[in-house]
Amino acid sequence: MSDIIDLTLVELVDKIKKKEISSKEVTAAYVDRSQKSKKLNTYVTEDFEIALKKADNFDKNPNYEKKLPGIPIAVKDLFCTKNLRTTAGSKILGNFIPTYESTVTENLWNAGSILLGKLNCDEFAMGSSNETSFFGNVQNPVGENLVPGGSSGGSASALAAKLTPTTIGTDTGGSIRQPASFTGTVGLKPTYGSCSRYGIVAFASSLDQAGPMTRDVKDCSLLFEVMSSYDRKDSTSVDFKRGNYLKELNNSIKGKKIGIPKEYRVEGMPKEIEDLWQKGINIIKEAGAEIVNISLPNTKYALPAYYIVAPAEASSNLARYDGVKYGFRSKGENLIDMYEKTRSEGFGNEVKRRIMIGTYVLSSGYYDAYYLKAQKVRKLIKNDFDEVYKKVDAILTPSTPSSAFKIGEKTNDPVSMYLNDIFTVPINLAGLPAISIPAGLDSKGYPLGLQIIGKAFEEQNILNIAYSIEKEINFKNKINDWWM
Amino acid sequence: MGIDLKTVKHISKLSRISVDDEKAKKLEADLNSIFSFIEKLNELNTEKIEPLTSIAETNLQLRKDEIKSSNIREQILKNSPEENKDFFVVPKVIE
Amino acid sequence: MAKNQSEYLIKRNNNEYEVVIGLEVHAQVLSESKLFSSAPTKFGAEPNTQVSLVDAAFPGMLPVINEFCIKQAVKTGIGLNAKINKKSIFDRKNYFYADLPQGYQISQYKNPIVGEGSIVLDLTTGEKIVGIERLHLEQDAGKSIHDMDPQNTLVDLNRSGIALMEIVSKPDLRSLEEVNAYIKKLRSIMRYLGTCDGNMQEGSLRADVNVSVRKKGQKGFGTRCEIKNVNSIKFMQMAIDYEANRQVDVIEEGGTIDQETRLFDIKKNETRSMRSKEDAHDYRYFPDPDLLPLELSDKFINDLKKNIPELPDEKKKRFIEKFKLSPYEANILVSDIETSKYFEEVIEKSDVKLSTNWITGELFALLNEKNLEISQNPISAKNLSKLINLIKDGTISGKIAKSVFEIMADEGKDPQIIVEEKGLKQQSDPKEIEKLIDKVITDNPDKVKEYKSGKDKLFGFFVGQVMKVSGGKANPQLVNEILKKKLL
Repeated sequence: MSDIIDLTLVELVDKIKKKEISSKEVTAAYVDRSQKSKKLNTYVTEDFEIALKKADNFDKNPNYEKKLPGIPIAVKDLFCTKNLRTTAGSKILGNFIPTYESTVTENLWNAGSILLGKLNCDEFAMGSSNETSFFGNVQNPVGENLVPGGSSGGSASALAAKLTPTTIGTDTGGSIRQPASFTGTVGLKPTYGSCSRYGIVAFASSLDQAGPMTRDVKDCSLLFEVMSSYDRKDSTSVDFKRGNYLKELNNSIKGKKIGIPKEYRVEGMPKEIEDLWQKGINIIKEAGAEIVNISLPNTKYALPAYYIVAPAEASSNLARYDGVKYGFRSKGENLIDMYEKTRSEGFGNEVKRRIMIGTYVLSSGYYDAYYLKAQKVRKLIKNDFDEVYKKVDAILTPSTPSSAFKIGEKTNDPVSMYLNDIFTVPINLAGLPAISIPAGLDSKGYPLGLQIIGKAFEEQNILNIAYSIEKEINFKNKINDWWM
Repeated sequence: MGIDLKTVKHISKLSRISVDDEKAKKLEADLNSIFSFIEKLNELNTEKIEPLTSIAETNLQLRKDEIKSSNIREQILKNSPEENKDFFVVPKVIE
Repeated sequence: MAKNQSEYLIKRNNNEYEVVIGLEVHAQVLSESKLFSSAPTKFGAEPNTQVSLVDAAFPGMLPVINEFCIKQAVKTGIGLNAKINKKSIFDRKNYFYADLPQGYQISQYKNPIVGEGSIVLDLTTGEKIVGIERLHLEQDAGKSIHDMDPQNTLVDLNRSGIALMEIVSKPDLRSLEEVNAYIKKLRSIMRYLGTCDGNMQEGSLRADVNVSVRKKGQKGFGTRCEIKNVNSIKFMQMAIDYEANRQVDVIEEGGTIDQETRLFDIKKNETRSMRSKEDAHDYRYFPDPDLLPLELSDKFINDLKKNIPELPDEKKKRFIEKFKLSPYEANILVSDIETSKYFEEVIEKSDVKLSTNWITGELFALLNEKNLEISQNPISAKNLSKLINLIKDGTISGKIAKSVFEIMADEGKDPQIIVEEKGLKQQSDPKEIEKLIDKVITDNPDKVKEYKSGKDKLFGFFVGQVMKVSGGKANPQLVNEILKKKLL
């Protein structure tokens, strides 16, 4: 049984297609392990009984043409799953059961896979440590009392702890890539518009993007293929030619030009990160690619711009959580009283802070100074990338400015929490694709990731580069199942 | 550019989130710290820059004028906090 | 087309005040489905049966715009001689209310789809051009029902998300007559275009009124107040009148007008300040990030321009020139598309003058009496046409026709059949008429003597007698001719 959980997604699919193992065996193995791992607090809602039934049904009537035949998958609790509670990590949706399915998860089920359950996340995807969830903190399997990162903390943790063979998350400012870096896993934030946002609880509409979180780059390529589709129900979905990312995956990056942006070398950055970055640079050089020093001059304005745009959009997106149509409602003497009590009790502190920032920056007299300004800065940041992409094919940077920190370490200072996203946020502002792969361990033995940023809609390119680096690095996560 | 208690109360009214005095004080501190961080943008002169209107590289898709949603009242009201088979129910509005 | 000076002045203590009015009309777009969702738009459905997941703002739901609604807005803009903006943006207007499920309304703020235009008003004193500021598309809200449950408000989201065109006039209106003419004309244009049915009772046309006053001759505008919740032209006029007088009273007493939103109380016939005066709404407009800017090509706009039907002003001009109608008659016939369609169908086979008279006269009197719209007209165009032809070819007299008309109104029958059944054919055989006249002359020798001795007025008596013995059927013209000869 332990063998099954060590198989990658691609290996699992292969074995199932060859009838070497059954969906029931796989699903049972993951259910068993998940049930023994409650200490990590990765699941908000389990669907194990039904998952086992579905696995059974698959085995009785298998379809091996599917891309994910009979594969059990747990998903971030931000994706609306039909008839299964979807909370977004919040009390205000604590009892919400959607009657509809998100497009991305629909794609997963249509590819033959089976829902295991919903994974914990920061409330409404706002956070970088999975410490803002109404359903409690998530533990990083890498070490006790460590944060897994966020907002897709539950997903990253479950993935690294092998409670699910693969998973999906969402990334608005780094919420896939940062937890991937903290847990020693692979996470891809695709180009804005490549995965449908229909049925995903919205945080910041112009930044949110769903993406695969996997054990390796091959798995990532396969899962991305399944997730990505053009969806008419999402007006920001882009109709472009989507490739056969797994089939086309190759580690040949000879002749490619990889940019190293000087602005990502921040003051006080731990030497270990600098070393890992250099390690990545060397690997790339060895593989025959060219290293180019580049400048992205407006990088330092990305985080402030993000903390205007994202809260602004969130303050509006979260206005619908008013206790009228669904979710939690607090009794009120009149309508306004009901609203105020419902939202005050239903939302956690970080969410309330961000709603307030967002409301403020959009309010009368401040729109020009903040929101409009931030959108202009966003244009500058995008221009920076457009400029360098005339010279290079991709960009290599660290994923995070540190490794996983202790639970509770940064909760008192919102700003220090925000600084976790310093390397990931510019990419969301520019709508570009970026992948984080584990690059090594720091002196404490905690994983650190490297990020490869690509041109819009050129995921194959960054998958290939990631693949070639991954092969060389040959990273092995040192997880000893301490929670079991 | 400081945020004072009065502003905190005003914003909380606008966003329909009630705050007692204690919470308001904490928020005042938090928001001020976040805002001094955001103020960094003032270093940039963006007068001549066009704001980004959309990051999606596509045109606005136009939908055909067809009815695709039939009566799904049951679904719509299923998650409603108050039991009523026809309407959403809320406390009275004072006008 | 001179700008007419308004006669609507408010006099107080030797001061004369002019009333300045602007209207914001909300017109529901005629379309099968809603602006950003595929739910139906029909009026009168059971509560919450025309609501999609998008309309109810469920988590993860996204707007997708209806192409036809865009076309309807552009067509309306063309009908208002307005500038069509090739690029426009949808913004979120953020506020909380029970019938606003998203907590924001998708609207257009600084970049509306249609810019400045104009409307020609048909007033008793002549024509006046009123400016249009802009037209934009936005979502309608649901309905809050306050009087069905003593403790609670019930919410029906059927209307939530239906496309509205908000049409803002310039503050060019100066009287209650102008307000009436503006609404009527705007409504008529949209009905001609088929972009809005203008049904105020069903709420597909609503208006907010902006009122301010200023001393006659004063330059610049006074502070205005907005009056919401007036859903008929009559109430609009009452509200404006009350509000204008209120404002004048305040000024005359040395006070100033607070800019505020007021409601019109139809029971008390007065406006009052809305209680929810929370620091004036701060709508925090910003471009909706779930949508992209709307960009219209020249081809898109020109294709629509090519297919615009003849609109009321054009039609009025043509009726006056081609059919030699008076402006007054033409106005009535073009005022509503159903009326003009009816007229044009009738005159296909009938005399224009007679048709005009019968429609503007008898028919409109009938509709007024029975409180019917032209679309509920019991007399079909075909039948009215036949009736007119029966008069024209002498089969029946104008007087008989009126009786036939009444029967048609009750029974909806073909006039020819009525004439046959009731034997109402006009007697037009000169020989027969001569016989009748001879009889009358024979029966009234004294009167004949009197007439021949100079009492000309008695001619009418003889005509009357002939009509009487003929049961009203004698052809009056022939009676006149022959009687004249006989009495010589």
